[in-house]
Amino acid sequence: MSVGKIFKFHNDLDTDQIIASQYLLLPTIDEMKVHAFESLDPEFPVKVKPGDFVVGGENFGCGSSREQAPGVLKALGVQAVVAKSFARIFYRNAINIGLPVIVCRQLPDAVETGDEMDLSLTDGTATAGGETFSCTKLPPYMKKILSQGGLIASLNREEV
Amino acid sequence: MGMTIAEKIIALAAGADQVKAGDIHTVNLDRMMSNDGTTHLTVDMYHSKLNTPRVADPKKVVFIVDHNVPSDSPKTAAAQKKMRDFAKEHGIDFWEGEGVCHQVMMERYVCPGELIFGADSHTCTYGALGAFGTGVGCTDLLYGMVTGSSWVLVPETIKFNLTGSLPQGVYPRDLMLTIIGQIGAGGASYQVMEFCGDGAKTLSVEDRMVLCNLAVEAGAKTAIFEPDEIALKWLTDRGRRPKAVFKSDEDARYVKEYTFDLDKIVPVAARPDFVDDVVPAVQVCGVRIDEAFLGSCNNGRIDDLRVGAAVVKGRRISDHVRFLVVPASRQVYLQALEEGLIDTFMESGAIVMNPNCSVCWGSCQGVIGENEVLISTGTRNFKGRAGHPSSKVYLGSAATVAASAVKGEICTADML
Repeated sequence: MSVGKIFKFHNDLDTDQIIASQYLLLPTIDEMKVHAFESLDPEFPVKVKPGDFVVGGENFGCGSSREQAPGVLKALGVQAVVAKSFARIFYRNAINIGLPVIVCRQLPDAVETGDEMDLSLTDGTATAGGETFSCTKLPPYMKKILSQGGLIASLNREEV
Repeated sequence: MGMTIAEKIIALAAGADQVKAGDIHTVNLDRMMSNDGTTHLTVDMYHSKLNTPRVADPKKVVFIVDHNVPSDSPKTAAAQKKMRDFAKEHGIDFWEGEGVCHQVMMERYVCPGELIFGADSHTCTYGALGAFGTGVGCTDLLYGMVTGSSWVLVPETIKFNLTGSLPQGVYPRDLMLTIIGQIGAGGASYQVMEFCGDGAKTLSVEDRMVLCNLAVEAGAKTAIFEPDEIALKWLTDRGRRPKAVFKSDEDARYVKEYTFDLDKIVPVAARPDFVDDVVPAVQVCGVRIDEAFLGSCNNGRIDDLRVGAAVVKGRRISDHVRFLVVPASRQVYLQALEEGLIDTFMESGAIVMNPNCSVCWGSCQGVIGENEVLISTGTRNFKGRAGHPSSKVYLGSAATVAASAVKGEICTADML
Protein backbone atom coordinates (compact mmCIF):
# COMPACT_ATOMS: atom_id res chain seq x y z
CA MET A 1 0.00 0.00 0.00
CA SER A 2 1.08 3.58 -0.52
CA VAL A 3 0.17 7.14 0.34
CA GLY A 4 -3.08 8.46 -1.09
CA LYS A 5 -5.35 11.45 -0.82
CA ILE A 6 -8.46 11.50 1.37
CA PHE A 7 -12.03 12.20 0.22
CA LYS A 8 -14.14 12.58 3.34
CA PHE A 9 -17.92 12.14 3.65
CA HIS A 10 -20.56 12.53 6.34
CA ASN A 11 -22.17 10.16 8.88
CA ASP A 12 -24.89 7.79 7.60
CA LEU A 13 -23.60 8.16 4.05
CA ASP A 14 -26.01 6.03 2.02
CA THR A 15 -25.25 4.03 -1.11
CA ASP A 16 -27.65 6.14 -3.20
CA GLN A 17 -25.08 8.95 -2.86
CA ILE A 18 -22.22 6.69 -3.94
CA ILE A 19 -24.11 5.67 -7.09
CA ALA A 20 -27.64 6.88 -7.81
CA SER A 21 -30.44 4.50 -8.85
CA GLN A 22 -30.72 5.80 -12.41
CA TYR A 23 -27.26 4.46 -13.25
CA LEU A 24 -27.56 0.97 -11.74
CA LEU A 25 -28.85 -0.71 -14.87
CA LEU A 26 -26.07 0.57 -17.10
CA PRO A 27 -24.33 -2.44 -18.65
CA THR A 28 -21.02 -2.25 -16.78
CA ILE A 29 -19.44 -0.85 -13.63
CA ASP A 30 -17.05 1.15 -15.82
CA GLU A 31 -20.00 3.01 -17.33
CA MET A 32 -21.39 3.67 -13.85
CA LYS A 33 -18.17 4.83 -12.19
CA VAL A 34 -18.17 8.27 -13.86
CA HIS A 35 -21.31 9.03 -11.79
CA ALA A 36 -19.84 8.13 -8.37
CA PHE A 37 -20.79 10.61 -5.63
CA GLU A 38 -22.55 12.73 -8.27
CA SER A 39 -25.07 14.26 -5.83
CA LEU A 40 -22.36 15.38 -3.39
CA ASP A 41 -19.29 16.06 -5.53
CA PRO A 42 -19.80 15.67 -9.31
CA GLU A 43 -16.05 16.13 -9.89
CA PHE A 44 -15.16 13.16 -7.66
CA PRO A 45 -14.63 10.63 -10.49
CA VAL A 46 -12.19 13.04 -12.18
CA LYS A 47 -10.37 14.12 -9.02
CA VAL A 48 -9.92 10.71 -7.41
CA LYS A 49 -6.72 8.92 -8.38
CA PRO A 50 -5.84 5.24 -8.01
CA GLY A 51 -4.60 4.68 -4.46
CA ASP A 52 -6.73 7.43 -2.90
CA PHE A 53 -8.99 6.84 0.10
CA VAL A 54 -12.63 7.39 0.94
CA VAL A 55 -13.15 8.27 4.61
CA GLY A 56 -16.55 8.20 6.28
CA GLY A 57 -18.08 8.63 9.72
CA GLU A 58 -20.60 6.35 11.42
CA ASN A 59 -22.74 3.83 9.49
CA PHE A 60 -20.95 4.32 6.17
CA GLY A 61 -22.76 2.74 3.21
CA CYS A 62 -26.20 2.46 4.77
CA GLY A 63 -29.37 1.92 2.74
CA SER A 64 -29.61 0.01 -0.51
CA SER A 65 -27.72 -3.27 -0.96
CA ARG A 66 -26.51 -2.20 -4.41
CA GLU A 67 -23.10 -3.80 -4.89
CA GLN A 68 -22.48 -1.19 -7.55
CA ALA A 69 -21.56 1.17 -4.67
CA PRO A 70 -18.34 -0.52 -3.55
CA GLY A 71 -17.99 -1.59 -7.20
CA VAL A 72 -17.59 1.92 -8.59
CA LEU A 73 -15.16 2.88 -5.80
CA LYS A 74 -13.00 -0.13 -6.59
CA ALA A 75 -13.22 0.58 -10.33
CA LEU A 76 -12.00 4.15 -9.71
CA GLY A 77 -8.97 2.71 -7.91
CA VAL A 78 -9.94 3.67 -4.36
CA GLN A 79 -7.39 1.88 -2.15
CA ALA A 80 -9.67 1.43 0.86
CA VAL A 81 -12.64 2.92 2.67
CA VAL A 82 -11.91 3.94 6.27
CA ALA A 83 -14.81 4.82 8.57
CA LYS A 84 -15.86 4.88 12.22
CA SER A 85 -18.41 2.17 11.45
CA PHE A 86 -20.01 0.55 8.42
CA ALA A 87 -23.49 -0.56 7.45
CA ARG A 88 -23.35 -4.33 7.20
CA ILE A 89 -24.40 -4.94 3.59
CA PHE A 90 -21.89 -2.42 2.22
CA TYR A 91 -19.18 -3.92 4.44
CA ARG A 92 -19.88 -7.45 3.29
CA ASN A 93 -20.17 -6.44 -0.38
CA ALA A 94 -16.85 -4.59 -0.24
CA ILE A 95 -15.03 -7.59 1.17
CA ASN A 96 -16.71 -9.89 -1.33
CA ILE A 97 -15.35 -7.84 -4.25
CA GLY A 98 -11.93 -7.33 -2.68
CA LEU A 99 -12.20 -3.68 -1.61
CA PRO A 100 -10.62 -3.17 1.85
CA VAL A 101 -12.99 -1.62 4.41
CA ILE A 102 -11.29 -0.52 7.61
CA VAL A 103 -12.91 0.48 10.89
CA CYS A 104 -10.94 3.27 12.57
CA ARG A 105 -12.69 5.18 15.33
CA GLN A 106 -10.31 8.14 15.69
CA LEU A 107 -9.00 8.96 12.23
CA PRO A 108 -12.16 10.35 10.55
CA ASP A 109 -12.45 13.28 12.97
CA ALA A 110 -8.75 14.12 12.59
CA VAL A 111 -8.65 14.45 8.80
CA GLU A 112 -10.20 16.49 6.01
CA THR A 113 -10.65 16.02 2.28
CA GLY A 114 -7.30 16.60 0.55
CA ASP A 115 -5.17 15.31 3.44
CA GLU A 116 -2.74 12.53 2.70
CA MET A 117 -2.93 9.17 4.40
CA ASP A 118 -0.90 6.01 4.60
CA LEU A 119 -2.57 2.72 5.41
CA SER A 120 -0.92 -0.48 6.58
CA LEU A 121 -3.30 -3.43 6.47
CA THR A 122 -0.70 -5.73 8.01
CA ASP A 123 -0.01 -3.45 11.00
CA GLY A 124 -3.63 -2.38 11.22
CA THR A 125 -2.71 1.30 11.29
CA ALA A 126 -3.52 4.47 9.36
CA THR A 127 -1.24 7.51 9.39
CA ALA A 128 -2.31 11.05 8.55
CA GLY A 129 -1.08 14.50 9.62
CA GLY A 130 1.90 12.93 11.39
CA GLU A 131 -0.37 10.91 13.66
CA THR A 132 -0.81 7.14 13.57
CA PHE A 133 -4.20 5.63 14.39
CA SER A 134 -4.90 2.01 15.14
CA CYS A 135 -7.64 0.29 13.17
CA THR A 136 -9.82 -2.68 14.03
CA LYS A 137 -8.42 -5.82 12.48
CA LEU A 138 -10.61 -7.85 10.16
CA PRO A 139 -11.79 -11.25 11.43
CA PRO A 140 -9.55 -13.95 9.87
CA TYR A 141 -12.42 -15.35 7.79
CA MET A 142 -13.01 -12.03 6.04
CA LYS A 143 -9.31 -11.27 5.80
CA LYS A 144 -8.85 -14.50 3.88
CA ILE A 145 -11.59 -13.59 1.37
CA LEU A 146 -10.04 -10.14 0.92
CA SER A 147 -6.51 -11.46 0.51
CA GLN A 148 -7.67 -13.90 -2.17
CA GLY A 149 -9.19 -11.05 -4.16
CA GLY A 150 -12.82 -11.50 -3.13
CA LEU A 151 -15.45 -14.19 -2.68
CA ILE A 152 -15.63 -15.49 -6.25
CA ALA A 153 -11.83 -15.62 -6.57
CA SER A 154 -11.73 -17.59 -3.33
CA LEU A 155 -14.43 -19.96 -4.62
CA ASN A 156 -12.48 -20.53 -7.84
CA ARG A 157 -9.35 -21.21 -5.81
CA GLU A 158 -11.14 -23.85 -3.72
CA GLU A 159 -12.23 -25.62 -6.88
CA VAL A 160 -8.83 -25.80 -8.59
CA MET B 1 -27.61 -21.09 27.23
CA GLY B 2 -30.85 -20.57 25.33
CA MET B 3 -31.11 -19.24 21.82
CA THR B 4 -33.20 -16.58 20.09
CA ILE B 5 -35.39 -17.35 17.06
CA ALA B 6 -32.71 -15.94 14.75
CA GLU B 7 -30.00 -18.09 16.35
CA LYS B 8 -32.17 -21.21 16.04
CA ILE B 9 -32.75 -20.58 12.34
CA ILE B 10 -29.02 -20.17 11.75
CA ALA B 11 -28.24 -23.27 13.83
CA LEU B 12 -30.68 -25.35 11.77
CA ALA B 13 -29.23 -24.02 8.50
CA ALA B 14 -25.70 -24.68 9.75
CA GLY B 15 -26.46 -28.17 11.05
CA ALA B 16 -25.25 -27.09 14.51
CA ASP B 17 -26.82 -27.78 17.91
CA GLN B 18 -25.91 -24.39 19.23
CA VAL B 19 -24.74 -21.09 17.77
CA LYS B 20 -23.94 -17.83 19.51
CA ALA B 21 -23.59 -14.21 18.48
CA GLY B 22 -20.20 -13.48 16.94
CA ASP B 23 -19.67 -17.00 15.52
CA ILE B 24 -19.23 -17.40 11.78
CA HIS B 25 -21.03 -20.41 10.28
CA THR B 26 -21.42 -21.94 6.86
CA VAL B 27 -25.14 -22.28 6.22
CA ASN B 28 -27.37 -23.92 3.63
CA LEU B 29 -29.66 -21.32 2.10
CA ASP B 30 -33.35 -22.17 1.83
CA ARG B 31 -34.06 -19.54 -0.81
CA MET B 32 -32.42 -16.79 -2.81
CA MET B 33 -34.18 -13.85 -4.44
CA SER B 34 -32.75 -11.43 -6.96
CA ASN B 35 -34.38 -8.50 -8.77
CA ASP B 36 -33.55 -6.31 -11.75
CA GLY B 37 -31.55 -3.85 -9.61
CA THR B 38 -28.47 -6.10 -9.81
CA THR B 39 -29.21 -9.44 -11.53
CA HIS B 40 -27.66 -8.37 -14.84
CA LEU B 41 -24.34 -8.06 -13.00
CA THR B 42 -24.85 -11.46 -11.32
CA VAL B 43 -25.45 -13.07 -14.72
CA ASP B 44 -22.39 -11.34 -16.20
CA MET B 45 -20.22 -12.59 -13.33
CA TYR B 46 -21.70 -16.07 -13.71
CA HIS B 47 -20.50 -16.18 -17.31
CA SER B 48 -17.18 -14.37 -16.93
CA LYS B 49 -15.78 -15.07 -13.46
CA LEU B 50 -16.58 -18.65 -12.48
CA ASN B 51 -14.29 -21.61 -13.06
CA THR B 52 -17.24 -23.99 -12.87
CA PRO B 53 -20.50 -22.20 -13.69
CA ARG B 54 -23.54 -24.04 -12.27
CA VAL B 55 -26.71 -23.46 -10.26
CA ALA B 56 -26.82 -25.73 -7.20
CA ASP B 57 -30.63 -25.89 -7.00
CA PRO B 58 -32.70 -23.70 -9.32
CA LYS B 59 -35.83 -24.41 -7.23
CA LYS B 60 -34.34 -22.32 -4.42
CA VAL B 61 -33.81 -19.29 -6.63
CA VAL B 62 -36.41 -16.68 -7.62
CA PHE B 63 -35.86 -13.82 -10.08
CA ILE B 64 -38.28 -10.89 -9.94
CA VAL B 65 -38.32 -7.90 -12.28
CA ASP B 66 -39.84 -5.11 -10.18
CA HIS B 67 -37.60 -2.05 -10.16
CA ASN B 68 -38.07 -0.70 -13.70
CA VAL B 69 -41.40 -2.15 -14.85
CA PRO B 70 -42.18 -1.79 -17.66
CA SER B 71 -38.69 -1.09 -18.97
CA ASP B 72 -37.90 2.59 -19.50
CA SER B 73 -35.00 2.38 -21.97
CA PRO B 74 -33.19 0.01 -24.35
CA LYS B 75 -30.44 -0.42 -21.72
CA THR B 76 -32.96 -1.46 -19.07
CA ALA B 77 -34.60 -3.80 -21.56
CA ALA B 78 -31.23 -5.40 -22.29
CA ALA B 79 -30.49 -5.86 -18.56
CA GLN B 80 -33.88 -7.44 -17.98
CA LYS B 81 -33.56 -9.71 -21.02
CA LYS B 82 -30.31 -11.04 -19.61
CA MET B 83 -32.19 -11.96 -16.44
CA ARG B 84 -35.18 -13.45 -18.26
CA ASP B 85 -33.00 -15.60 -20.53
CA PHE B 86 -30.88 -16.87 -17.64
CA ALA B 87 -33.98 -17.82 -15.62
CA LYS B 88 -35.41 -19.71 -18.58
CA GLU B 89 -32.16 -21.51 -19.33
CA HIS B 90 -31.73 -22.68 -15.72
CA GLY B 91 -35.36 -23.34 -14.77
CA ILE B 92 -35.47 -20.51 -12.21
CA ASP B 93 -38.88 -19.10 -11.20
CA PHE B 94 -39.28 -15.76 -12.94
CA TRP B 95 -41.81 -13.01 -12.29
CA GLU B 96 -42.29 -9.81 -14.21
CA GLY B 97 -45.04 -7.28 -13.54
CA GLU B 98 -46.27 -9.43 -10.65
CA GLY B 99 -45.30 -6.96 -7.95
CA VAL B 100 -42.55 -5.67 -5.71
CA CYS B 101 -40.15 -8.54 -5.00
CA HIS B 102 -40.73 -8.79 -1.23
CA GLN B 103 -44.49 -8.74 -1.61
CA VAL B 104 -44.30 -11.51 -4.23
CA MET B 105 -41.93 -13.53 -2.01
CA MET B 106 -44.31 -13.22 0.95
CA GLU B 107 -47.36 -14.10 -1.13
CA ARG B 108 -45.78 -17.15 -2.75
CA TYR B 109 -42.62 -18.47 -1.11
CA VAL B 110 -41.48 -17.44 2.39
CA CYS B 111 -42.02 -19.97 5.19
CA PRO B 112 -41.25 -19.76 8.93
CA GLY B 113 -37.82 -21.06 9.90
CA GLU B 114 -36.21 -20.45 6.51
CA LEU B 115 -32.91 -18.68 5.95
CA ILE B 116 -33.24 -16.50 2.87
CA PHE B 117 -30.75 -14.27 1.06
CA GLY B 118 -32.16 -11.55 -1.16
CA ALA B 119 -30.16 -9.19 -3.35
CA ASP B 120 -32.16 -6.29 -1.96
CA SER B 121 -31.79 -4.60 1.40
CA HIS B 122 -35.47 -4.94 2.36
CA THR B 123 -35.27 -8.74 2.38
CA CYS B 124 -35.62 -8.38 6.17
CA THR B 125 -39.40 -8.18 5.47
CA TYR B 126 -39.64 -11.99 5.71
CA GLY B 127 -39.30 -11.89 9.50
CA ALA B 128 -43.03 -11.12 9.56
CA LEU B 129 -43.50 -14.86 9.04
CA GLY B 130 -40.67 -15.92 11.35
CA ALA B 131 -38.12 -16.39 8.57
CA PHE B 132 -34.56 -15.02 8.62
CA GLY B 133 -34.32 -12.87 5.50
CA THR B 134 -31.33 -10.65 4.92
CA GLY B 135 -30.11 -8.37 2.16
CA VAL B 136 -26.90 -9.15 0.28
CA GLY B 137 -25.09 -7.95 -2.82
CA CYS B 138 -24.87 -9.70 -6.18
CA THR B 139 -21.57 -11.46 -5.41
CA ASP B 140 -23.07 -13.09 -2.32
CA LEU B 141 -26.15 -13.99 -4.34
CA LEU B 142 -23.99 -15.57 -7.05
CA TYR B 143 -21.97 -17.56 -4.51
CA GLY B 144 -25.21 -18.79 -2.92
CA MET B 145 -26.71 -19.70 -6.27
CA VAL B 146 -23.61 -21.66 -7.30
CA THR B 147 -22.93 -23.48 -4.03
CA GLY B 148 -26.33 -23.47 -2.29
CA SER B 149 -24.57 -22.15 0.78
CA SER B 150 -22.95 -19.08 2.27
CA TRP B 151 -21.34 -17.75 5.43
CA VAL B 152 -23.15 -15.93 8.18
CA LEU B 153 -21.85 -14.01 11.16
CA VAL B 154 -24.38 -14.78 13.91
CA PRO B 155 -25.84 -11.40 14.92
CA GLU B 156 -26.78 -10.24 18.38
CA THR B 157 -30.51 -9.73 19.00
CA ILE B 158 -32.32 -6.69 20.41
CA LYS B 159 -35.72 -7.33 21.98
CA PHE B 160 -38.53 -4.89 21.20
CA ASN B 161 -41.32 -5.46 23.64
CA LEU B 162 -44.54 -4.01 22.22
CA THR B 163 -47.40 -3.24 24.60
CA GLY B 164 -50.95 -1.94 24.06
CA SER B 165 -52.49 -1.35 20.65
CA LEU B 166 -52.27 1.42 18.05
CA PRO B 167 -54.90 4.16 18.38
CA GLN B 168 -57.38 4.89 15.58
CA GLY B 169 -55.66 6.81 12.77
CA VAL B 170 -52.18 5.60 13.73
CA TYR B 171 -50.51 2.87 11.71
CA PRO B 172 -47.66 0.34 11.93
CA ARG B 173 -45.65 2.68 9.70
CA ASP B 174 -45.93 5.42 12.34
CA LEU B 175 -44.76 2.90 14.93
CA MET B 176 -41.73 1.74 12.94
CA LEU B 177 -40.66 5.25 11.96
CA THR B 178 -40.96 6.20 15.65
CA ILE B 179 -38.74 3.27 16.63
CA ILE B 180 -36.14 4.17 13.97
CA GLY B 181 -36.26 7.82 15.06
CA GLN B 182 -35.51 6.77 18.60
CA ILE B 183 -32.73 4.23 18.03
CA GLY B 184 -31.19 5.92 14.96
CA ALA B 185 -30.07 4.83 11.48
CA GLY B 186 -27.34 2.66 13.00
CA GLY B 187 -29.28 1.77 16.16
CA ALA B 188 -29.56 -1.93 15.31
CA SER B 189 -26.44 -2.19 13.17
CA TYR B 190 -25.47 -5.84 12.44
CA GLN B 191 -28.22 -6.93 14.87
CA VAL B 192 -31.61 -8.63 14.78
CA MET B 193 -34.70 -6.68 15.86
CA GLU B 194 -37.02 -9.20 17.53
CA PHE B 195 -40.55 -7.92 18.09
CA CYS B 196 -42.62 -9.52 20.84
CA GLY B 197 -45.13 -8.80 23.60
CA ASP B 198 -48.88 -8.36 23.77
CA GLY B 199 -48.72 -5.48 21.29
CA ALA B 200 -47.25 -7.83 18.67
CA LYS B 201 -50.38 -9.99 18.94
CA THR B 202 -52.50 -7.03 17.83
CA LEU B 203 -50.61 -6.85 14.52
CA SER B 204 -51.54 -8.77 11.37
CA VAL B 205 -48.89 -10.37 9.15
CA GLU B 206 -49.19 -7.35 6.83
CA ASP B 207 -48.60 -5.01 9.81
CA ARG B 208 -45.58 -7.06 10.82
CA MET B 209 -44.23 -6.76 7.29
CA VAL B 210 -44.28 -2.97 7.68
CA LEU B 211 -42.14 -3.22 10.81
CA CYS B 212 -39.71 -5.85 9.55
CA ASN B 213 -39.32 -4.23 6.13
CA LEU B 214 -37.94 -0.98 7.56
CA ALA B 215 -35.55 -2.68 10.03
CA VAL B 216 -32.66 -2.19 7.62
CA GLU B 217 -33.21 1.57 7.99
CA ALA B 218 -31.98 1.11 11.56
CA GLY B 219 -29.03 -0.92 10.23
CA ALA B 220 -30.46 -4.31 11.25
CA LYS B 221 -29.37 -7.55 9.62
CA THR B 222 -32.95 -8.68 9.91
CA ALA B 223 -36.09 -8.37 12.02
CA ILE B 224 -38.31 -11.16 13.24
CA PHE B 225 -41.61 -12.03 14.88
CA GLU B 226 -42.32 -15.39 16.49
CA PRO B 227 -44.51 -17.31 14.03
CA ASP B 228 -47.65 -17.48 16.19
CA GLU B 229 -51.16 -18.65 15.35
CA ILE B 230 -51.76 -15.45 13.31
CA ALA B 231 -48.72 -16.14 11.12
CA LEU B 232 -49.41 -19.87 10.82
CA LYS B 233 -53.02 -19.28 9.78
CA TRP B 234 -51.87 -16.75 7.17
CA LEU B 235 -49.45 -19.38 5.85
CA THR B 236 -51.99 -22.21 5.85
CA ASP B 237 -54.52 -20.01 4.04
CA ARG B 238 -51.97 -19.79 1.23
CA GLY B 239 -51.35 -23.52 1.15
CA ARG B 240 -47.85 -23.48 2.61
CA ARG B 241 -46.23 -25.19 5.58
CA PRO B 242 -43.47 -23.98 7.88
CA LYS B 243 -39.93 -25.30 7.70
CA ALA B 244 -39.67 -24.85 11.47
CA VAL B 245 -41.61 -22.93 14.11
CA PHE B 246 -39.18 -21.42 16.58
CA LYS B 247 -39.67 -19.44 19.79
CA SER B 248 -36.90 -17.66 21.64
CA ASP B 249 -35.86 -19.49 24.81
CA GLU B 250 -36.53 -17.93 28.22
CA ASP B 251 -32.81 -17.68 28.85
CA ALA B 252 -31.89 -16.47 25.34
CA ARG B 253 -29.40 -13.62 25.32
CA TYR B 254 -30.50 -10.14 24.21
CA VAL B 255 -27.95 -7.41 23.84
CA LYS B 256 -30.54 -4.73 24.62
CA GLU B 257 -34.26 -4.40 25.33
CA TYR B 258 -36.71 -1.65 24.47
CA THR B 259 -40.38 -1.27 25.29
CA PHE B 260 -42.76 0.66 23.05
CA ASP B 261 -46.31 1.41 24.17
CA LEU B 262 -48.43 1.34 21.01
CA ASP B 263 -51.15 3.45 22.65
CA LYS B 264 -48.73 6.37 22.81
CA ILE B 265 -47.70 6.37 19.14
CA VAL B 266 -48.85 9.36 17.05
CA PRO B 267 -48.73 10.05 13.28
CA VAL B 268 -45.13 10.87 12.41
CA ALA B 269 -43.06 11.93 9.41
CA ALA B 270 -39.40 11.41 8.54
CA ARG B 271 -37.86 14.62 7.22
CA PRO B 272 -35.40 14.81 4.33
CA ASP B 273 -32.73 13.37 3.95
CA PHE B 274 -32.59 10.77 6.72
CA VAL B 275 -35.06 8.04 7.71
CA ASP B 276 -34.22 8.53 11.39
CA ASP B 277 -35.06 12.25 11.36
CA VAL B 278 -38.56 11.53 12.66
CA VAL B 279 -40.92 14.12 14.13
CA PRO B 280 -44.65 14.19 14.94
CA ALA B 281 -46.38 14.82 11.59
CA VAL B 282 -47.96 18.01 12.93
CA GLN B 283 -44.50 19.57 12.99
CA VAL B 284 -44.18 19.40 9.20
CA CYS B 285 -47.77 20.28 8.35
CA GLY B 286 -48.00 23.11 5.83
CA VAL B 287 -45.00 22.05 3.73
CA ARG B 288 -46.15 22.45 0.10
CA ILE B 289 -45.81 19.26 -1.94
CA ASP B 290 -45.58 18.53 -5.67
CA GLU B 291 -46.12 14.80 -5.57
CA ALA B 292 -47.49 12.11 -3.25
CA PHE B 293 -46.76 8.39 -3.48
CA LEU B 294 -48.79 5.53 -2.04
CA GLY B 295 -47.06 2.22 -2.67
CA SER B 296 -43.80 0.24 -2.14
CA CYS B 297 -42.78 -2.95 -0.34
CA ASN B 298 -43.34 -1.06 2.88
CA ASN B 299 -46.81 0.35 2.38
CA GLY B 300 -48.46 -0.69 -0.88
CA ARG B 301 -50.67 -3.49 0.44
CA ILE B 302 -54.44 -3.73 0.51
CA ASP B 303 -54.68 -2.28 4.05
CA ASP B 304 -52.75 0.79 2.92
CA LEU B 305 -54.86 1.25 -0.21
CA ARG B 306 -58.01 0.98 1.92
CA VAL B 307 -56.71 3.67 4.25
CA GLY B 308 -55.70 5.93 1.35
CA ALA B 309 -58.98 5.41 -0.52
CA ALA B 310 -61.04 6.21 2.59
CA VAL B 311 -59.20 9.53 2.88
CA VAL B 312 -59.64 10.63 -0.76
CA LYS B 313 -63.18 9.28 -1.24
CA GLY B 314 -65.47 12.10 -2.36
CA ARG B 315 -62.53 14.52 -2.52
CA ARG B 316 -60.27 15.84 -5.29
CA ILE B 317 -56.49 15.65 -5.37
CA SER B 318 -54.97 19.13 -5.21
CA ASP B 319 -54.46 20.81 -8.62
CA HIS B 320 -50.73 21.12 -8.14
CA VAL B 321 -50.12 17.54 -6.92
CA ARG B 322 -49.47 14.32 -8.83
CA PHE B 323 -50.75 11.50 -6.63
CA LEU B 324 -49.23 8.13 -7.62
CA VAL B 325 -50.98 5.02 -6.35
CA VAL B 326 -49.03 1.82 -6.93
CA PRO B 327 -50.38 -1.49 -5.57
CA ALA B 328 -47.52 -3.68 -4.30
CA SER B 329 -48.60 -6.71 -6.32
CA ARG B 330 -51.05 -8.08 -8.85
CA GLN B 331 -52.97 -9.76 -6.01
CA VAL B 332 -53.23 -6.44 -4.18
CA TYR B 333 -54.31 -4.68 -7.39
CA LEU B 334 -57.02 -7.26 -8.11
CA GLN B 335 -58.31 -7.05 -4.54
CA ALA B 336 -58.37 -3.25 -4.75
CA LEU B 337 -60.32 -3.48 -8.02
CA GLU B 338 -62.82 -5.82 -6.42
CA GLU B 339 -63.32 -3.47 -3.48
CA GLY B 340 -63.76 -0.44 -5.73
CA LEU B 341 -60.65 1.26 -4.34
CA ILE B 342 -59.15 1.80 -7.79
CA ASP B 343 -62.37 3.58 -8.86
CA THR B 344 -62.11 5.82 -5.80
CA PHE B 345 -58.49 6.72 -6.55
CA MET B 346 -59.18 7.36 -10.26
CA GLU B 347 -62.23 9.50 -9.49
CA SER B 348 -60.18 11.58 -7.05
CA GLY B 349 -57.63 12.44 -9.75
CA ALA B 350 -54.90 10.01 -8.67
CA ILE B 351 -52.61 8.30 -11.19
CA VAL B 352 -52.87 4.54 -10.66
CA MET B 353 -49.82 2.61 -11.88
CA ASN B 354 -48.90 -1.04 -12.40
CA PRO B 355 -47.34 -2.93 -9.46
CA ASN B 356 -43.62 -2.08 -9.19
CA CYS B 357 -41.11 -0.18 -7.03
CA SER B 358 -42.04 3.09 -8.76
CA VAL B 359 -40.69 6.37 -7.37
CA CYS B 360 -39.53 4.71 -4.14
CA TRP B 361 -36.35 3.89 -5.99
CA GLY B 362 -36.31 7.03 -8.09
CA SER B 363 -35.32 5.73 -11.47
CA CYS B 364 -38.49 4.83 -13.29
CA GLN B 365 -41.96 6.27 -12.66
CA GLY B 366 -42.77 9.62 -11.12
CA VAL B 367 -39.19 10.85 -10.70
CA ILE B 368 -39.28 14.37 -9.26
CA GLY B 369 -37.44 17.42 -10.53
CA GLU B 370 -35.30 20.23 -9.15
CA ASN B 371 -36.43 21.45 -5.72
CA GLU B 372 -39.64 19.44 -5.88
CA VAL B 373 -41.16 17.92 -2.75
CA LEU B 374 -42.59 14.41 -2.43
CA ILE B 375 -44.44 12.86 0.47
CA SER B 376 -44.16 9.11 0.29
CA THR B 377 -45.02 5.78 1.85
CA GLY B 378 -41.76 4.50 0.34
CA THR B 379 -38.83 3.11 2.24
CA ARG B 380 -36.31 5.94 2.06
CA ASN B 381 -35.93 9.70 1.89
CA PHE B 382 -32.21 9.97 1.12
CA LYS B 383 -30.92 12.96 -0.80
CA GLY B 384 -31.98 12.57 -4.43
CA ARG B 385 -33.62 9.21 -3.74
CA ALA B 386 -36.69 10.13 -5.80
CA GLY B 387 -34.97 12.16 -8.50
CA HIS B 388 -33.04 15.43 -8.61
CA PRO B 389 -30.42 15.85 -5.82
CA SER B 390 -32.10 19.10 -4.73
CA SER B 391 -35.54 17.48 -4.37
CA LYS B 392 -36.92 16.52 -0.97
CA VAL B 393 -38.72 13.42 0.29
CA TYR B 394 -40.85 13.20 3.44
CA LEU B 395 -42.02 9.79 4.67
CA GLY B 396 -45.41 9.26 6.28
CA SER B 397 -48.28 6.80 6.62
CA ALA B 398 -50.80 6.04 3.86
CA ALA B 399 -53.31 8.27 5.65
CA THR B 400 -50.90 11.20 5.90
CA VAL B 401 -49.80 10.82 2.28
CA ALA B 402 -53.38 10.67 0.95
CA ALA B 403 -54.48 13.62 3.07
CA SER B 404 -51.48 15.65 1.92
CA ALA B 405 -52.30 14.83 -1.71
CA VAL B 406 -55.76 16.32 -1.22
CA LYS B 407 -54.62 19.41 0.63
CA GLY B 408 -51.54 20.11 -1.52
CA GLU B 409 -49.39 20.43 1.56
CA ILE B 410 -48.40 18.02 4.30
CA CYS B 411 -51.25 17.37 6.71
CA THR B 412 -52.65 14.50 8.74
CA ALA B 413 -55.96 12.87 7.81
CA ASP B 414 -57.84 14.39 10.75
CA MET B 415 -56.96 17.89 9.50
CA LEU B 416 -58.88 17.61 6.23
